[in-house]
Amino acid sequence: MTSERDVVALTPEQAAIPPGHTWNRLPVIGAAVALLGAVVCAILGVGNPKQFFFSWLVSFLFFLSLALGGLFFVLIQYAAQGGWGIVLRRIGETIFVTLPVMAALFVPLLLGLDDLFEWAHHGVTEHDALLRWKAPYLNVPFFLIRAVLYFGCWSAIALLYYRGSRGQDATGDPGVTARLRRLAGPAIIVLAITQTFASIDWIMSLTPHWYSTMFGVYFFAGSFVGFIALLSVVVVAMRGVGLLDTVISAEHLHDVGKLLFAFTAFWAYIAFSQFFLMWYANLPEETIWYKARLEGSWKAVSILLMAGHFGVPFFYLMGRAVKRRGSTLAVGGAWLLVMHFVDLYWQIMPTLHPEGVRPSILDVAAFVAVGGCFVAAASWFMRRQALVPLRDPRLAESLAFENV
Amino acid sequence: MPFDSLRSLRARPPLVPQLPQGPHYGILAEFATPADLYHACERVRDAGFKRWDAHTPFPVHGLEKAMGLRRSPLPWIVLVTGLTGAAIGFGLQWWVHVKAYPLVISGKPYFSWPAFVPITFEVGVLFAAIGAVLGMLGLNRLPMHHHPLFRSKVFERVTDDAFFISIESWDPQFDPSATRKLLESLGARSVELLEVE
Repeated sequence: MTSERDVVALTPEQAAIPPGHTWNRLPVIGAAVALLGAVVCAILGVGNPKQFFFSWLVSFLFFLSLALGGLFFVLIQYAAQGGWGIVLRRIGETIFVTLPVMAALFVPLLLGLDDLFEWAHHGVTEHDALLRWKAPYLNVPFFLIRAVLYFGCWSAIALLYYRGSRGQDATGDPGVTARLRRLAGPAIIVLAITQTFASIDWIMSLTPHWYSTMFGVYFFAGSFVGFIALLSVVVVAMRGVGLLDTVISAEHLHDVGKLLFAFTAFWAYIAFSQFFLMWYANLPEETIWYKARLEGSWKAVSILLMAGHFGVPFFYLMGRAVKRRGSTLAVGGAWLLVMHFVDLYWQIMPTLHPEGVRPSILDVAAFVAVGGCFVAAASWFMRRQALVPLRDPRLAESLAFENV
Repeated sequence: MPFDSLRSLRARPPLVPQLPQGPHYGILAEFATPADLYHACERVRDAGFKRWDAHTPFPVHGLEKAMGLRRSPLPWIVLVTGLTGAAIGFGLQWWVHVKAYPLVISGKPYFSWPAFVPITFEVGVLFAAIGAVLGMLGLNRLPMHHHPLFRSKVFERVTDDAFFISIESWDPQFDPSATRKLLESLGARSVELLEVE
């Protein structure tokens, strides 16, 4: 009655990448780019392994966090029985189902544990009482067991939800939606715990004497902002090349923009809370991490994050028109993706370069290598089925969605 | 006369403007279903009426489009009051800690801006919320203790199961008999001409 767009059903053609479309070549392009990046990494990394491992860690965590954010995005919609986002869910699914691929991209880091982590140095516990005390958790075998556990949980959840949703396209069984909804709550808990400990292992333990009790949620906040930013860029790009342009409307863009706006504020809230308590209490064991980031050129990066990851996008995304127009939303999304990378770079790189920001060609090469694999995998999964869950019971609701 | 000029400064459109055309407040039409009301609103909008309103027992999605309403200026009021509150919150702390009563607190400088952030945020939210409530009331001309529509017996069902369009007699398009015919042709269950007092 109220809808101007009375779309209630979709033809499979509307929700597929047509044969001969440029996006069909994305897996090949991604793989080629990844290969190029890997070759550069191999050539330059041999001479400077420490820089290579840190650069790889930043890029690996950047794309991993996008996939984890996508998993949370889909799980939370099942758990909340959300209707509006069904037309966006398949994009989330093809992004999070890259998690098993990310497990393979984690493997190169295992060669550099000694370069990355002070606690992994041979004999370090003999001279360092604090690291000796932490050794029952921070030791190489347990670190590896945990990594296997994280990737096991993530891959299991990712494949369960990807296969379930894909299977429903064939069977049309609404029971799939009910079953995945029941599992979504426990899956979110598993995801929250594993993601928290993964961020402790892979980022926080780079500075093994330091700790923050809210580091896990900080990583989560960044990962979800990153995913929503990626989603807005991908959706606008797809509409631009004629994919889903009759399916995804300004109403859906508006809601993606609202999530992006809200979680930008959430990230700032968490980031400031973490900083604020340590700054106020002024205990050396806590402030050491921020001290390294408030000296030299790292201070400029800290200010850039405050302004660029919060101040500018907060006011930019506040208005309604910005979120409803594809081009302006994508600009905001692309900007926040860059800021998410800067955030991870700022968390990780001061361990390697405490003297200041030292950009390296290996940063670019690792980004291209990991990003190429990520794009190749996600676009390969995207081609395997419709771009929208065609027989989801709430698809009609999502197609007709309008903001009140 | 100073008092007269003051009064003219404060002058704003009265809640019940003077009636140029006879003794009527306007016309009230009752519709049976939200769909009837929705389509009637589209026609009233297209007929060019400006001073009119729709009344329903529950929100009807999309009705604002059918009525051709422009977007509320409330978000701008909230933005301005929120930013004002944040500025006041920050300024107050700066004045207290730097100018009026400087104290060394845990060895930090007088102007320790990170410590000011929570209260700046809170005062900003407080002012934004007050701006939202008062702005909403002001834009709706509330509180209003009486309205000519309340004189209608049928209108009591507006909080129960009936849907209404009211057109005010000072709308330039208004004509007692022609407007009544229009509303009847749109499927109104009853149409009523309302007296002012």
